[in-house]
Amino acid sequence: MPSVLVLTLLILSSLAYYLGRRRAFSVAQGAIRKLHSLPVYYGLYTAIWCGLPALLIVATWLAFENALITQLVVAGLPDELHSVGTDHLNLLVNDIKNLVSGNIVSRQADANVQAAAARYQNLVNISHAAMAVVTLSFAIAGATLTLTRIKPEQRARNVVEAIFTGLLIVCSSIAILTTIGIVLSVLFEALIFFRSVPVSDFLFGLEWSPQTAIRSDQVGSSGAFGAVPLFAGTLLISFIAMSVAVPIGLMSAIYLAEYAGPRVRASTKPLLEILAGIPTVVYGFFAALIVAPFVRDSGGLLGLDVASESALAAGLVMGIMIIPFVSSLSDDVINAVPQALRDGAYSLGATRSETIRKVIFPAALPGIVGAVLLAISRAIGETMIVVMAAGLAANLTANPLEAVTTVTVQIVTLLTGDQEFDSPKTLAAFALGLMLFAVTLVLNIIALTVVRKYREQYE
Amino acid sequence: MNNPSEIPAQDPAASRQRTIDIVNAGMGKRYAAERRFRWYGRLAIGLGLLFLTLLFTSIVSNGYSAFMQTFVRLDVTFDAGLLDPEGNRNAQQLATADYGGLIKKSLRETFPEVSKRRDKRALYALVSSGADFALRDLVLSDPGLIGTRQSVWVPADDDVDMFMKGHIDREALQTDRRIKDNQLAWLDRLQADGRIEKRFNTTFFTAGDSREPELAGIRSALTGSLLTLLVTLVLSFPIGVAAAVYLEEFAPQNRLTDIIEVNINNLAAVPSIVFGLLGLAVFINLFGIPRSAPLVGGLVLTLMTLPTIIIASRAALKSVPPSIREAALGIGASPMQTILYHVLPLAMPGMLTGTIIGMAQALGESAPLLMIGMVAFIVDVPTGVFDPSTVLPVQIYLWADSPERAFVERTSAAIMVLLTFLIVMNSLAVILRKRFERRW
Repeated sequence: MPSVLVLTLLILSSLAYYLGRRRAFSVAQGAIRKLHSLPVYYGLYTAIWCGLPALLIVATWLAFENALITQLVVAGLPDELHSVGTDHLNLLVNDIKNLVSGNIVSRQADANVQAAAARYQNLVNISHAAMAVVTLSFAIAGATLTLTRIKPEQRARNVVEAIFTGLLIVCSSIAILTTIGIVLSVLFEALIFFRSVPVSDFLFGLEWSPQTAIRSDQVGSSGAFGAVPLFAGTLLISFIAMSVAVPIGLMSAIYLAEYAGPRVRASTKPLLEILAGIPTVVYGFFAALIVAPFVRDSGGLLGLDVASESALAAGLVMGIMIIPFVSSLSDDVINAVPQALRDGAYSLGATRSETIRKVIFPAALPGIVGAVLLAISRAIGETMIVVMAAGLAANLTANPLEAVTTVTVQIVTLLTGDQEFDSPKTLAAFALGLMLFAVTLVLNIIALTVVRKYREQYE
Repeated sequence: MNNPSEIPAQDPAASRQRTIDIVNAGMGKRYAAERRFRWYGRLAIGLGLLFLTLLFTSIVSNGYSAFMQTFVRLDVTFDAGLLDPEGNRNAQQLATADYGGLIKKSLRETFPEVSKRRDKRALYALVSSGADFALRDLVLSDPGLIGTRQSVWVPADDDVDMFMKGHIDREALQTDRRIKDNQLAWLDRLQADGRIEKRFNTTFFTAGDSREPELAGIRSALTGSLLTLLVTLVLSFPIGVAAAVYLEEFAPQNRLTDIIEVNINNLAAVPSIVFGLLGLAVFINLFGIPRSAPLVGGLVLTLMTLPTIIIASRAALKSVPPSIREAALGIGASPMQTILYHVLPLAMPGMLTGTIIGMAQALGESAPLLMIGMVAFIVDVPTGVFDPSTVLPVQIYLWADSPERAFVERTSAAIMVLLTFLIVMNSLAVILRKRFERRW
């Protein structure tokens, strides 16, 4: 029903566009040069006044309709259903809505619920009819009013362009809204979590076992929310990943930028960048299927006891994933070092590797540090590889051969199970998300500032 | 100065000799260091390429066999008394008849010596539990089959499939094998009779998810991916381009636009899982959009890909030379007309390239979608953006977790399909860039 309405509005708007344009022609009486704007703009002007207010009304109407109708239906329920408490009432409302949309209802629908559902349906019908009448009259009124007021000296283009600019501004503010949305949603839930678990326990506690007890006498459900083992596990895996990715990525960037001829460069660089385009779930499968058994078996040959979900396997594969990230960022940075520095070193008799190590590398260091920081932030936030290849148990260990768990793994396991939304277990995921967002944000800001400063230095 | 004879450097010939000696003495070492350094570089690139080939070969070698599936030929008597006792060809009745019984009967006829109950069960296990549906579809499409005896190819069980593909070792101890000794003997006999054959696995492309590997397919996940991507494209392309146009062409240089810029760069580096948390808290809990729907997935992926598209679009706008703008403004176009009619068309290839790359990212993304419930077991193909669905990467994640051996090859095959899509999209982006790239 609302979709039909929106479609009608769009058709009306295009009609208004056509009429507006024709009106402009007829007002000009053949002398188009007398018009302030091109006829197209008069058409757009009419179309906007026809469609925009009406569409805004539809949007607000739909946003508030549901809550209002639910309130009305609940108020109309018999008293004995009111006395059962909010939780129960919410379930009841859910049932009513399910009944309306024709879904399976969790219990036998009694007469009261049936009546309420009928009432709900009735109210929705009334509301939609009212909405249709109001918006259509707005649309038609807007169009006719604008049509009658079209005059040659009217500044249609300026109005249309102002509205268009407003639209552009709204679009570009979505980036800010997203950030605000992330901060608010994560922060809000995390604050509720910190009401039941103190911040200090969360940040400094050494034990993580989020299984909260449902019954008070339950065994093995301590509900400890000490996140230190998660932070340690994340850092361990990121460290392993960086010790794979930084040397390989950096050396290949140096080779490609300083030694390789144009043909080698043109063929090798895109090949390495394929690694960056492979979805992380593929890396996770590769880690779990190939690398983890390989690490375990080769550890077994050396007489080492390696867990089948060792931090080493996950870290190695994550490192492979980050290689192209480090190499392409460092490549940019190395190429930005001015040729004069190289020529100076060569003229003093330095070999190429000496030039690279003693001159280019120090000159490019800030940019490389920025690239590495970005790569670390990437490693900390990486999810699928560790979900598939790292463990679930929170071990506080620095041994890469043991299984550890990470912040992202815990967020996924806490949120993909079946549980009520306001249990500390679920909320803990948002607290972890807050930590993740804060840490990566700081790393990103530092890295981006460093890289930007560095670029400006040589421009 | 007072005593020149004590300073050897005063003698030009001797000093030249000595410096060059020092330099030459170190030369071998320095050249060796140079060669080593070069080799480190080659080694690094070689390792990177090695990892790449390792990844691809392991996926392909695990996955190519999933495109074939073992089928068993059975002689089935479509018993009229069993399927259609009243003889009125009622579709409802035909759809619910006992086709499993037909298959069991046919298996018993092929191996009449099997009599013990336990052995019979092992015999029935050779054929997929989806075989009855294959028979049902046959009968429903052609009720004339009833009462006849036909030779029908039905899918084999996944263990049989794995055995035929050589993943189950016949020499292993019986207790370690999923195919027992008596089943082995039956399979050998079937094979000798030409009743076992590997055929192209169409089920993999036409079916939804299933607990039985031989019946599982990627169609529902692929449809879910396409729907999600469609929502993402419809939202992120116009918004991204509009934002880029405003920031690059209209925005005044002030604190607010600075903040927006820093913001966009930061959002590009925020972990994807955080976007999933946002989607869960805002789109599902606040706005009440149904969980697992492609709409929510598309919204979350839109927010995730917007920075990529905005950054690429801004670069494309930047590369349009100012002379174009000046010429348009000079003949009396308004700034908005200049952008819409002259700058935007020239920047469009670059913007499209950025969008395709963003879409490729979104297609491969799975972590945020786990947060918003797109990790469900979906059998039916979703038909709209409100239907519960899953996407291809998440399907891969789900299958990777399944214990059956046959799911390993299906996971790899699904990865091959996903990678094919990504390769096509990225090559499209490259072609677009090559074809329309203009040097001013």
